Parts: sequence; C-alpha cells; structure tokens
Amino acid sequence: MILTQFLVLGAILFSIGIYGLLSRRNAVTVLLAVELMLAAVNINLVAFEAFWNTAAAHGHIFAIFVITIAAAEVGIGLAIILLVFRNRASSNIDELDLMRW
Amino acid sequence: MLSPVASAPLVLAAETEGRAAELSSGGFFAGTAWIMLVLPFVAFLAIVLVGKRMKGQGSELAVGAMGINLVWASVLFVQNMVGGIYREVNLTIGEVGTIAGHRLSFELGFVVDGLSIMMYWVVAFVGFLVFVYAVGYMQGDVRVPWFFASLSLFAGSMLVLVGAPNLIQLIIGWEGVGLASYLLIGHYWEHKENSDAAVKAFLTNKLADVGLVLGTILLGAALGSFRFSDLNEAAAAHADTLGAVALAGGLLLFFGAMGKSAQFPLHVWLPDAMAGPTPVSALMHAATMVTAGIYLMARTFPLYHEMATGARAWMVTIAVITLFVLGFLALVSDDLKRVLAYSTVSQLGYMMAAVAAGGYTAGLFHLFTHAFFKALLFLGAGSVIHAVHSNNMSDMGGLRREMPVTFWTFVIGSVSLAGVIPFAGFWSKDEILATLGHEGYTGFMWVAIAGAFVTAFYMTRAVALTFFGTYKGHGHPHESPRVMTAPLVALAIPSVVAGLLNIPGVSWGPIRNFTDWLGARIVPMGDYHPSAIEWDLAAYGLAAAVAGIVLGWLIFSPEAATQAARDRLEVPVLYPLLRRKYYLDDLYMNGVVNPIKGPIARGVDWVNGYVIDAVVNGAGFVTAWLGHLVYGRLDQQGIDLVLNAAAGGTRGAGKRLGLVQTGKVQQYAGAFVVGALLLVVVFVIIT
Repeated sequence: MILTQFLVLGAILFSIGIYGLLSRRNAVTVLLAVELMLAAVNINLVAFEAFWNTAAAHGHIFAIFVITIAAAEVGIGLAIILLVFRNRASSNIDELDLMRW
Repeated sequence: MLSPVASAPLVLAAETEGRAAELSSGGFFAGTAWIMLVLPFVAFLAIVLVGKRMKGQGSELAVGAMGINLVWASVLFVQNMVGGIYREVNLTIGEVGTIAGHRLSFELGFVVDGLSIMMYWVVAFVGFLVFVYAVGYMQGDVRVPWFFASLSLFAGSMLVLVGAPNLIQLIIGWEGVGLASYLLIGHYWEHKENSDAAVKAFLTNKLADVGLVLGTILLGAALGSFRFSDLNEAAAAHADTLGAVALAGGLLLFFGAMGKSAQFPLHVWLPDAMAGPTPVSALMHAATMVTAGIYLMARTFPLYHEMATGARAWMVTIAVITLFVLGFLALVSDDLKRVLAYSTVSQLGYMMAAVAAGGYTAGLFHLFTHAFFKALLFLGAGSVIHAVHSNNMSDMGGLRREMPVTFWTFVIGSVSLAGVIPFAGFWSKDEILATLGHEGYTGFMWVAIAGAFVTAFYMTRAVALTFFGTYKGHGHPHESPRVMTAPLVALAIPSVVAGLLNIPGVSWGPIRNFTDWLGARIVPMGDYHPSAIEWDLAAYGLAAAVAGIVLGWLIFSPEAATQAARDRLEVPVLYPLLRRKYYLDDLYMNGVVNPIKGPIARGVDWVNGYVIDAVVNGAGFVTAWLGHLVYGRLDQQGIDLVLNAAAGGTRGAGKRLGLVQTGKVQQYAGAFVVGALLLVVVFVIIT
C-alpha cells in the first residue's frame, strides 16, 4: 500500500479548506471549508491506521469521533448562521464584526 | 442522615437479632423497618422540591409515604399480635469521645419490639388518616406544600424517636418533632398570637430538653453506652455503675418527658399550641407527639422500676396533679379545641401516673386507645370548625342535624374518653385505676376516679354546646366532604373496639392479649398488670363517668343551655381561678419573662450605653485619626502615584492592543494559520 498518495490527497484537501476558510465571505461556504479540513484530517487518520494496521484500530475510532464532532459543530454553526441571517438579512461574515474593541 | 442503600449490608452485619429465645426476629418486614424511618424524610424533601408543581400540592407524596408506612407497620403489628418480635440493629457512626473512662460511640439504628411496633402502628395509622383528612381540610389554604412537608418531617422524626435503640437517636427524633411542632403551630404566622404560641411551645420544650440532655449525658457516662438495652439490663441487674446516678438521671429524663408530655407545671404550651391547623392538633398535640414523654418513661421503665424508685413518688404526684387539676380547665374554655387540649393534658397525666406507678402496660394501653379517640375528637372538632369558621362553642350549637357523621363519631369519641363500658377508654382507664390501687397509691386512685368524673362532665358540656340546642353562628353549616368524614369513621371503629384487646386474661384466638404484645422485649419488665377485671373498681370508674355525663346533661342540655345556665357555673373564686388558668401564665410572664425584659434589659441597656459605647466610640475616634493620617500622607502621596502610573500604562497599552481585535473572524483564522505554519517550521528545524 502506498501511503504517500493518501497524504498528498489529504494535504491538497486541507489546503483547499484553508483557502476557503480565509477567502470566502459567505458564512455557509466557510463552514463547508471547515468540513473539508476535517475530511482531510480523517483521510490522514484512516490512511495511517491502514498503513500501520494496529489491533486497537485507534485511527478508525478517532476518525469516527471527528465525524461526530463535525456533525455537532455544523449543527451549531448552521443554527448560529440562521439566527444571524434572520436578524441582519445577511450571511456575509465581514459584516459580523460586533465583537471587537 | 445515612443513605439507606449504602448502609444496608452494614446493617445486616451489625444486627443482633433474636437474643431472647422465645422471640422471633420478625423476618423481612422487621429487618427492613428502617424504610419506615426514612420514607417520610424522602417525602419531605420531595415535597419541598417539587410539591408546588404537583396537582395536590405535594399532599399525594405525604399520603403515599404514610400509606406505605401503614402497610409496613400493620404487617409488623399483626406478626407481633400472633408471636413476639425482637430485633435491634445498631450501626456505629463514630466515636463521641471518652467520658469518665468510657469510650462512647454515636450509633444509629432501629428497634423492632413490642413497644416500638405499637408506636409505629399508632403513628402510621393515625398519621395516615390525619394526612388524608388534611387533604380536605387544607384545600385552598395558604402554604399547603410546606404544611405537608412539615407533617412528613414530623412523621419521620416521630418514627426515628420511637424506633431509636439509644438515647442519642431518641434526642434527634425528639428535637425533630419539636421543630415540626414549632413550624406547624406557627403555620398561620401572619397573626402575632400564632407565632407567639409557636415560640412558647418551642421554649417550654427547650427548657425541658435540658433535663433530657443532661440525663442522657449522666447515664451514658456512668454506663459507657447510650443504648436502651444496656441501660435496662444494667437497671434490671442493679449494676453498681448505675447506682450513684440512677435517681438523678431518672429525674432528669423525667423532666424532659414533663415538657414533651405537658405535665404540670410545664403544660402551658399545649393549649396555646391549638393555634395550629386542626389536623396538626389531632396528630401531634393529641395522638402521637405529646406521648413521646410517656414513651420515654416506658422505654426506660426498668430504670424507674428497679433503681430510681425514689423518683416514682414525685412522678406519680406530678402526674396526678396534671390529670386532676388541669382537667378542670376544660370546664371553662369556650374554644372547642382548648377543651380538647386540656383534656389531652389530663389524659397524659393518667398515662404518666400509670407508668410511674409501675403499670407499664396500663399506661401504654391508655396511650394506645387515647390516640384513637382523641384524634377522632380533634378531627371531629376540625370538621365542625371547618363548617362554622369559628373555634368558639358560642358560635356553634344544633349541629347534629346538619353534620350527622361528625356528630355520631364525636359522640363515640366522647363516651370512649369519658370511660363508658364497653368503649375503649373504659378498659384502659380501669387498668390504670387498678394499677394505682395495687401499687399502694390508694389516695391517688380516688383522685383519678374523681378525674374521670370531671372528664365525663366537660365532654358532655362540649357535646351539648356544640351539637344540641340552636345554631348561634353565621351562615349555613353543612357536613364536611367524604375525604374528611372517612377518617372520622375509620377512627371511630378502634375507639369502640380497641379496649377488647386488653381485657385481663382474655385473648381472641391466635391474637394474643395486648399485655403479651408489649412484653416482647429483651429485659423483662416486671410490671404489674391485673390478671382479671376488678369489677368493683370498674364500677366506681363507670359510676363517676355516668355521674359526670348526667350532671353535665342536667346543666348544659338544650333546655338549660342558655347564657344564664352557664353563669350558674361561675362559682366565685373558682371560676376566675380557672379562667386565668390558675394564674400560671401570669406567674411565668411576671415571674420569669418580665423580670428578664425589665430590670435585666435596663441593666444591659446601661452597660451598652455607657461601657460598650464608650469603648466603641473611643476606638472609632482613634481609628478616624489614624485613617486621616494614612489617607493624607501615605495613600494620596505615596501609593496613589504608583497606582496611577500603572493604570495609565495599562490603559495606553490596552488602547493600542485593542486595535488587533477587529471582529473579523477570517483575520483571526489567518493569524491562526500563520501561527500554525510557524510552529511547523520551528518543529522541522528543531528535529
């Protein structure tokens, strides 16, 4: 099994995620970018687990944890965005700068 | 409080069961009797927490807990009827310390024997019926959840008291019932006299409790144990360790019992305690709580019977004064509940006289029957008060047509209290008379017979003024709802038949005689109980009761019961004496309370004004001068300079650093990514 392919795939996904996170203005897209980064991490975890093939399968288990946390995070994130959208009729995160000095 | 789950295995390990060969250990229900002690406290907490939000305002929790207790107590009761039970469980909680060379430990536990089973059942039975009754009585009243919570607190404390295997746990329960009594007497605390009554009850009981606590310490230190079983065994064996302190300890315990059981001259709190709601009066101030003193005397009976014999003459004298002198006060009261309260005081005198004279069974049997008919009378009075909205008999009259159930049950309670054959009160009072006669207190026996006459007389007066003649109150009274009359009927049955359980020498098939149930104890009581009915004494008692009823009817029957007829009783000297309650309240107010309030308070005020204030003012002046000095020199010119510089620096730095906080999430995320990349670079370089 060749590990490198998967790590490169993970790195590419992660980079796309960071790009999306930093450049997009729509809050929903930013959340999607975060999901991409989490998916990249999951690929790494699963890939390493498959490579080392340990009996305890920590990598797989951890990937499932990450998926669970991601689901919860998206649920809360979308709820926040929905409320913000209702209050301000916009989901542009540049306009959400109330929490500053 | 112990958590029952955690302690269960320990309890099993620590138990010492069935020491006497002929007594069984009672099986499952006796082994789990601690549930009865704990359950009301659980109900108390639950009602406090969620009672307000429940449909019945928490009453269903209280009634439910009491219902389970009643099942438990009834099983034990029936078991003990057929064959005696003894089981004692002790669980050591901790060491109290070393007193007089003895290591004393603090123990909790429970006793299941003839005496405590009888008390468990009375508390659970009367308690359950009163709780049910209170559901109807308190409907729409103020603070209902708190009322039922306090009632549950009382029931739990009372069960802890009667289940206590040692004096310490007894004191815990004793104070618990005192607290619940205080809370419930003052239930309508918006009126000053009600909270005054609560404080009076509390303080009078506290005064007596000093005796109980001192007696406990004295006996515990001499004996090296607080357990009743050790105390009774030592007393039965005439142990030397106990010899020196038996009389003093016994008298101190009796002083404690005098307060709780309202013996002369510490009875003054009980009539005032009628300020509480009527179900409280029925359960606590008639049937159960006030019998705690009698219970204590019975629990430590061998101490008085074998060793502290010098105390017995005093105890009998006080008890006979209580039963005779205070019974008269019921004659002049217009408040129906106060009539019953003085009657309770008087009947407690009967019980105490019997136990003190050596009639262990006689006193407790009267406790047993009295609980039924006095609770019945109080609940009947509550039913009347509920209908006419007044405690005064001058607002009642002629209620027998409107309230037939209340009327008939009240009459049953009255004739039972008066001691008419074959009602319960006749048999128990007869046994007390027989005991007094047998133990050589012949004079007191005749006083007790005269007391029976007074009892019958005032009860006839109460019935005549309340239920006969014409109605003198306002509005149209009507019978109480079923939830209130059902407990009346349920209490009327034992008020009639309970006496048959202890006819000397008679038993009913497998059900043994009451004397045998109570005899289920490790240490034999060695008390006197008549082996056959003494018919001549019974005839005297019955004659006194009938004479009282007849005379009462002649004076207070509807034809005669006008204001003029009542005035006829206002004998000079005697009537004002009774109206002023033998001037005892005045004596306590003028002799104890006012001297403290007057000169002592003035003295304290002088000391306060001239001594303490001078010191305080001087200290204040010096402090102010020092304060000026410190403020002007040190603070303003020294510390403030440093502080201002620090504050200015912080503010400036904050202003500049604040600019970083733009509020834009993506800038933060960018900084985060850059930081993470830097860390990666550093990491790579290091490795």
